[in-house]
Amino acid sequence: MLRIEHAYWLIAAFLLYSGWRNLRDGHRWHAAFWIVLGLLFGAGDFILAQSAAGNALPAQMAGIGVIALACLAPRLRRQAHPENRSAEQRLQSAIELGHRLFGPALLIPLVTLLVALFGGYLVIGQFALFAKPQMTLTGLALACVIALLAAARVARTPVHEGVAEGRRLLDAIGWAALLPLLLAALGQVFTRSGVGAAIAEIATDFLPTGNATAALAVFALGMVLFTVIMGNAFAAFPVMMAGIGLPLLIQQHGAHPAILGAMGMLCGYCGTLLTPMAADFNLVPAALLELRNPYGVIKAQAWSALWIFASTFTMMWLLVFR
Amino acid sequence: MNYWPLLGVAVIVVGFALRFNAVPVVVVAALVSGLLAGLSVADLLALLGNSFVSQRMLLLFVLTLPAIGLLERAGLREHAQRWMARLQNLTLARLLIGYLLLRQLLATMGLTGVAGAAQTVRPLLAPMGEAAAQKILPELEQDDREELRAVAAATDNIGRFFGEDVFIALGAVLLIQAFYTQHGIELSPLAIALWALPTAVAAFVIQSVRIWLYQRRLQRRAARRERGA
Repeated sequence: MLRIEHAYWLIAAFLLYSGWRNLRDGHRWHAAFWIVLGLLFGAGDFILAQSAAGNALPAQMAGIGVIALACLAPRLRRQAHPENRSAEQRLQSAIELGHRLFGPALLIPLVTLLVALFGGYLVIGQFALFAKPQMTLTGLALACVIALLAAARVARTPVHEGVAEGRRLLDAIGWAALLPLLLAALGQVFTRSGVGAAIAEIATDFLPTGNATAALAVFALGMVLFTVIMGNAFAAFPVMMAGIGLPLLIQQHGAHPAILGAMGMLCGYCGTLLTPMAADFNLVPAALLELRNPYGVIKAQAWSALWIFASTFTMMWLLVFR
Repeated sequence: MNYWPLLGVAVIVVGFALRFNAVPVVVVAALVSGLLAGLSVADLLALLGNSFVSQRMLLLFVLTLPAIGLLERAGLREHAQRWMARLQNLTLARLLIGYLLLRQLLATMGLTGVAGAAQTVRPLLAPMGEAAAQKILPELEQDDREELRAVAAATDNIGRFFGEDVFIALGAVLLIQAFYTQHGIELSPLAIALWALPTAVAAFVIQSVRIWLYQRRLQRRAARRERGA
């Protein structure tokens, strides 16, 4: 049975390979960074299992590993690996291969889609091919492997060349790849430290309780601001709802719960478009697309976010107190 | 109420504003918040380690890199650009708005992992967009190319965000429902998802208009250049 853990092992193998190649090229800091990360990925299941069983030591070691990564990250200079082939060679190959190049690229979304839709039905006897949890992501990992094999066939290149190219792209992305995980971990530490509760307390202290529209505005802006701080609307929602939404807007001013919940969450999504804390949507794409400005994607979506927020807030204000 | 953990937020704000390397900034913020909240060093390390490894799915995109690297080496981006140049009717705005619609529809069905910056934007949408922009303004500068790629990534994000909220069996809707259930208000997922539709439509219209305005800006620059020449 294919599980998401298999994808993690695959990532670990790729990271360790990248570390080893960097070591051979004499880039020691890059090598150390990818090897530590690879070890964390490879040992992840063991760490979580031991924690669940009450042994905190592996998790503490992982925590030290995370701190080691933080010390290594500033030493990674974005090194421009020379492209292995000239633009002319690539153009020549593009003319020769034509539309066949699209095939493997489209296999990634296509196979993922097929597994997401039908993966649950692939059962041979008692044996299910895909495990239920995270089936779409397992499908994505499988799609990447199939696409690599197909690409090697189309381009008539050995598979290991592809892995080497992948490592070149990974080095180009560098430490930005790590941010989504770190920020998600930070969110959990913030929650455990009571950061959310403290902010909600401050917000309610300054809150105009009598005026329904003012309270709604504080709620909506609070969702945006809190999402900007935490990087995730899901973290902001319970805090703002418990602090303002439920006691003031619903119980005191009779707001419609479904509208308040859905549109309040969407106000938070506008905040996600604005914050570097949502690294997987805003910073990683900027690195992946080789933008010189790490905040380039945020800049491109800022006005959209403001307009979408304004329209959502207006609709919520018109509908929620009917 | 202990307000000291809020200093962790301050670390983030100052660190990001001064453009320090983000990785140590985030880790220091976590350590500051945790320690000021009174967690012991052992607990804090375990919490950090556990939360880090339980988010491993966020690095899944690196698995796309070998296939995409190989295809780019074989000329995928060059081919996408040449192909776009041949399609006369597919303008930049039509390409991006079409992608926005597709992404949003897929997300409303819960299929968010199908597309994304690594899966579709870098190998396909960005080079096709660059070629479409070149049809308008042949001599694109490096800044223009980067802005265009950023617009493509923004379109991908907006399509995903304001589609997924309409899907009833995923993340946002279930979180909202669970919150209300905890507090004694029973709502069906459908009743919540329905109210995400107006914003989904608004987001589509707003981003489409912005894409169209972006294209018009390029067209005006091209016209000015022609007059000047």
